Amino acid sequence: MSSSATGTSRCAACRNQRRRCPTDCIFSPHFPSTDPERFDAVHRIYGASKVAKMLEEIPPEMRGPAANALHFEAKCRIRDPVYGCVGIISTLNEEIRDTGTELAKLRARVAFLASGAQERQLGQDYTIVDDHWTEQQQIGNVVL
Amino acid sequence: MKKHGPRSGSSCAACKMLKRRCTSNCVFAPYFRSDEPKKFAKVHKVFGASNVSKILFEVPEEQREETVNSLAYEAEARLSDPVYGCLGAITLLQRKMAELQHDLAIARARLARCNAAGSMMPSFNEGVAPADFGGLPFTSFTGPTTNTTTTTTESFGQGGFPDFGSPAMSDFDQYPYRY
Repeated sequence: MSSSATGTSRCAACRNQRRRCPTDCIFSPHFPSTDPERFDAVHRIYGASKVAKMLEEIPPEMRGPAANALHFEAKCRIRDPVYGCVGIISTLNEEIRDTGTELAKLRARVAFLASGAQERQLGQDYTIVDDHWTEQQQIGNVVL
Repeated sequence: MKKHGPRSGSSCAACKMLKRRCTSNCVFAPYFRSDEPKKFAKVHKVFGASNVSKILFEVPEEQREETVNSLAYEAEARLSDPVYGCLGAITLLQRKMAELQHDLAIARARLARCNAAGSMMPSFNEGVAPADFGGLPFTSFTGPTTNTTTTTTESFGQGGFPDFGSPAMSDFDQYPYRY
């Protein structure tokens, strides 16, 4: 992956656009010639000039993540022209809702079982105390 | 409900913005009404009018409204977050899902312990003291908790997003929640 000082090694974008790849090409760090599909995808959905404008508006250190995000979204849109990556967001929202519901039910069940167990435990304590007092009364009677 | 009402001869938002005549078979007109100029402006800024029309021509007519809505959503996300766009929202949701799965596992384990304790509960005739219950969590259990850590947007400011530099993140096939 290299931008071209001599013009012999162009980035994927400049190859696609059939132009010379300058040393300060905004695409070359993020669209290497070794991965032409990457630029093809973003070019197909956004167009080269839109991508260049978007990258120019972002600090240089964030352009890598931005290019990755654009590639991801472009691929989503190519696979699903109707919903693109918004389809993934919808799916995730549904799954979160369903999982949240399941979690709430489980927690309610645990709380119910725990409160029932505590009541049984309290019931047992009283029973044991009753038996103990009964025993003490018998002992007292014997002693006396 | 049809989005496109009677054509009054006024241009749609797209043709107004592009300063061209809005024909009767304009592909944008049903979905970018003249009273919603911002919707087209955002989509045009991110995707460009020609790319939008290409996408619309690729999909069946009955799905074009959904397509336009999803494009508008994506454009809005990209304009709000020029670095991560929609991928930022996906990351947040994935993290939320992971937290919920974690909480679910804990709740299942607790339920299993409750069920096991319930089946082991001795009858009162045996006179077993409470201490013999083996340290079951009944006395310390305080009921449903709301201990799920909420992922706030503050913790996911632009600098806090993971670095998507690795090839795996940009490979859609690696997306874990796609069924």
